[in-house]
Formats: sequence, C-alpha cells, structure tokens
Amino acid sequence: MLASGIKVLFAGQNMQRLLGGFLVTLRVAIIVLILGGILGVLLGALRTLHNRPLRIILRIYLEIFRIVPTVVLLFVAYYILPQTFGLNLPGEEVAVLVFTLWTAAEMSDIVRGALESVPVHQKESGLAIGLTQAQLFRYVLIPQAIPVALPGTINLATRIIKTTSLLLMISVMDIVNVGQTLVEANGHKNPSAAFWIYGMMFILYYILCAPLSQWAKRVEKKRLERANG
Amino acid sequence: MAEELLRVEHLKKSYQSKEVLHDINFAIHKGEVVALLGSSGSGKSTLIRTLNGLEDYQGGTITFAGETVHPSKATWLALRQRIGMVFQSYDLFPNLSVLDNILLGPLKVQHRSRAEAEEDARKLLASVNLADYADRYPRQLSGGQKQRIAIVRALALHPEMMLFDEVTASLDPEMVRGVLDIMTDLAKRDMTMIVVTHEMNFAREVADRVLFLSDGEILEDRQTAEFFAHPATKRAQEFLASMEF
Ligand SMILES: Nc1ncnc2c1ncn2[C@@H]1O[C@H](COP(=O)(O)OP(=O)(O)OP(=O)(O)O)[C@@H](O)[C@H]1O
Ligand SMILES: [Mg+2]
Repeated sequence: MLASGIKVLFAGQNMQRLLGGFLVTLRVAIIVLILGGILGVLLGALRTLHNRPLRIILRIYLEIFRIVPTVVLLFVAYYILPQTFGLNLPGEEVAVLVFTLWTAAEMSDIVRGALESVPVHQKESGLAIGLTQAQLFRYVLIPQAIPVALPGTINLATRIIKTTSLLLMISVMDIVNVGQTLVEANGHKNPSAAFWIYGMMFILYYILCAPLSQWAKRVEKKRLERANG
Repeated sequence: MAEELLRVEHLKKSYQSKEVLHDINFAIHKGEVVALLGSSGSGKSTLIRTLNGLEDYQGGTITFAGETVHPSKATWLALRQRIGMVFQSYDLFPNLSVLDNILLGPLKVQHRSRAEAEEDARKLLASVNLADYADRYPRQLSGGQKQRIAIVRALALHPEMMLFDEVTASLDPEMVRGVLDIMTDLAKRDMTMIVVTHEMNFAREVADRVLFLSDGEILEDRQTAEFFAHPATKRAQEFLASMEF
C-alpha cells in the first residue's frame, strides 16, 4: 500500500515538476541571500555609527521584520502592493523583495554584533594612525568581523532556504506547491502518494540544509578554538 | 629655547556631567620629553587622548605648531598624522602582517609610494631589532615585540610628537626594558614626547619635565630633577612615596 504511492513520484512529468519547483526555491534563496546580504552589511555597519535617530529607525525595521511572521509580510506585499500602489509585480519578484528585506534585517543584526565584537582598542589604534571611518571599516573592522559573522550567516542561509517554501502561498511554482498539486491530484486514488511527495521534499531540503548547518558548526568551533588558543 | 610645539589652555573635559579635567594649562617645546604622572584615575589617559582627538573637550584651546585646533573630524584626521599615539594594549591589527600593520598609515592615509614606504618601514623595524619579523602575524609575537611594532607603526607616519599611554604597563617584566630603550632612543633623537608611565626610574632618566596630575588638575609642572628631589605638593610627595623605585 505504502509502496504503491511511490509510482506517483515517477508518473508523467511529476519528478521533473518537483525538481523544477525545488530549483525555483533555490533560485529565490540565492538571489535573496546575495541582495539581502549586501543590504544587511550596509545597514549593519550604519547601526554601529553613533547616530541615534538612524540607530532607532534601523532597530525598528529589524523588529518589524522579526516580529511579523514572514508569511504575513508576503501576503501584505502580495495583496497590498498592487491594490494600494498599483504595483503589479510577478509573484516571484514580490517574494524576492519581501525575503530580501527580511534577510537584510536579520543580516544587519549579525553584522552589527560582529562589528561591535571587535575590541574598541582596535578602533582607536586605527584612528590614531589617521584612518578615516571608511578606511577603519575596510581595513580593520570588517576583516575582523567576518569570522565572527560567518556561522550566523550560514545559519541564516539555511533559514532562508527553509522559509522560501512559503512561496506556496503566493503561487510561485515552488517545490511545495508542486508537491501539493501532486498530492491533491493523486491523493484519493493513492493515499500514500502524500507520504512519498512530502518525503521527497524532506530529502531535498535536508540535502540542501544539513551541510550548511554542519558547516556553520565547524566554522564556529574553529573560531572559538582560535579565540581561546 | 626651541620653538613651542603644543600649548594647552584652560582645557576642560567632562564625561556626561562629571568634569574630569579642570582648567589644564601647559606648553611643550620641540624636542622636549614630558612625563605625565599621577595616581590612577587622575586623568592622565583622558588628557593625552584629548590631545589626539580621541576624546572631545568642553572648553579651552589646544594649539599645535602655532595653529589653534578647531575641533572637527577633518582637523583631527590631519593632526593624527603629526601626533602619534601608542596605547597600553598593543593593538596591532591581527588580520594584517607586521609589515602591513606598519604600512597601513603611510599607504592609505599619506598615499606614499609602496617602495619608499616599505623601505622606510624595514629601516624602522631594524631600528627596534625586529627586521626579521616583517612577514609574521601579531599572534606569533610576544607582548614586548608587539608593543615595539606598535611604536614603529606610529613612527612610520613621521609624526612631530608622540604620546605614550603606559605602554609598558601590560608587559611581562623582562619585556619592559626593550620598549623603554626605544623610547629613550627616541628622546635622544629629539622627538617631542608626552609619556604617561608608572616607571619612575625611566621618567627620571628620560623626561625633561614632569607634569603631575591629581584629580584632573595639574598640581606641578617642574623640571624632572626638581620634581623628584623636592615635590612641592603633599599629593606629589604621597604619590612618589607610594611608588616603589
Ligand atoms: N569613558 C569614561 N566614561 C566616564 N568616566 C570616565 C571614562 N574614562 C575615564 N573616566 C573617568 O575619568 C577620570 C580619569 O580617568 P583616566 O582614565 O584619565 O585616569 P588615569 O589617570 O589614566 O588612570 P590610570 O592610571 O588608572 O590609567 C576617572 O575618574 C575615570 O573614572
Ligand atoms: Mg590611564
């Protein structure tokens, strides 16, 4: 009974559609990681400057994206952007926009923390040889912040990949979406199809996220060893 | 007497609402070595950090090489090339090799040519007996070696004056001598210096003058020999009695 469902996976174009959806997820995740990463680094650096209003605004931005569930943000962007601003973007682009803003918010916090972990004496030594603020970031602070920020960034990448499965909600041809369609089309004939389709999705996400998660652990361990030794 | 290089008048500095430097006045001539002494918390660090623009101040004026300092980012950026500073925590940049630590200022701040700046840097390294260490990284060096390189890093900009804030205070005893020798050498070569130190023998040997700071006020501004032989204030007498040397 359970075994019979596996046929659904391989019937017709199903496997291809499933993998195709998975690739959409991957594509969105990669674009978001790059755009959100760059924006996040900039915002994170700004948050370390002694400019109170700027810090407060960026803090509020972070909190909003952290407190409001991503799925709600997606709905808001998907329904409100076209209605209120007459902006009709394709679903995938809306998703990229929302996920990028979310990623940038999370990334800015990782970057701020990493930059602030660099001892204040390093900063003063840099200033004392006449470096400008920008040079200080470029030659002193950022190179030292990268190893600190790396584990958190890899973990964020894992979360981005997992969160992109939300794209189902705005009907992008994402893997979860394809899987759902397959389950609905075949479910009544073949109840175990759901098991195989979701199982397949589980495996695909696992293959993608597990190595990242391991990598993050290794990097962090190495960094701590180095910091203590 | 040599030309005046630095003049500080009616300098006031507060942290939040607490005033920690009250009406500081003194002047330093070219080539003079001044020891800034005082007990912990008297304001020595605060004072010399102010002279390098690392702290703002709430009143008074600083005049350097005949020009009144108008405190702004740009002013201090320019002045820091002329006023070098070395700290207690020898903060070499761990991500850069020894040579790159030294070259950062000359190349990125002063835009000198790499060939010329590197030759200069290697000469300076040799002068502190660390010629072979150019390609090492800070984590491979002892505290004393790091501090000597931190001094070289400041000297590489060819400053007209150097500020030292307890540069031997975190070193193992056997490392202290090497660092003091470099400062003695600089003094002999007529570098203008303000030295905060707890090494009284060194101060007595090298300094031309002593500024004695207590609770944010300069209580004594005297020739070194006079200060050590006949401290005028009770505070200074107590301070000298408390120091073992
Ligand atoms: N960042 C700061 N915020 C508030 N108060 C400060 C700060 N830094 C120093 N102070 C205060 O200013 C006064 C002078 O401190 P400073 O560090 O200049 O003393 P010091 O003479 O260098 O002492 P030490 O010999 O211990 O280094 C002290 O009362 C200290 O508590
Ligand atoms: Mg101090």
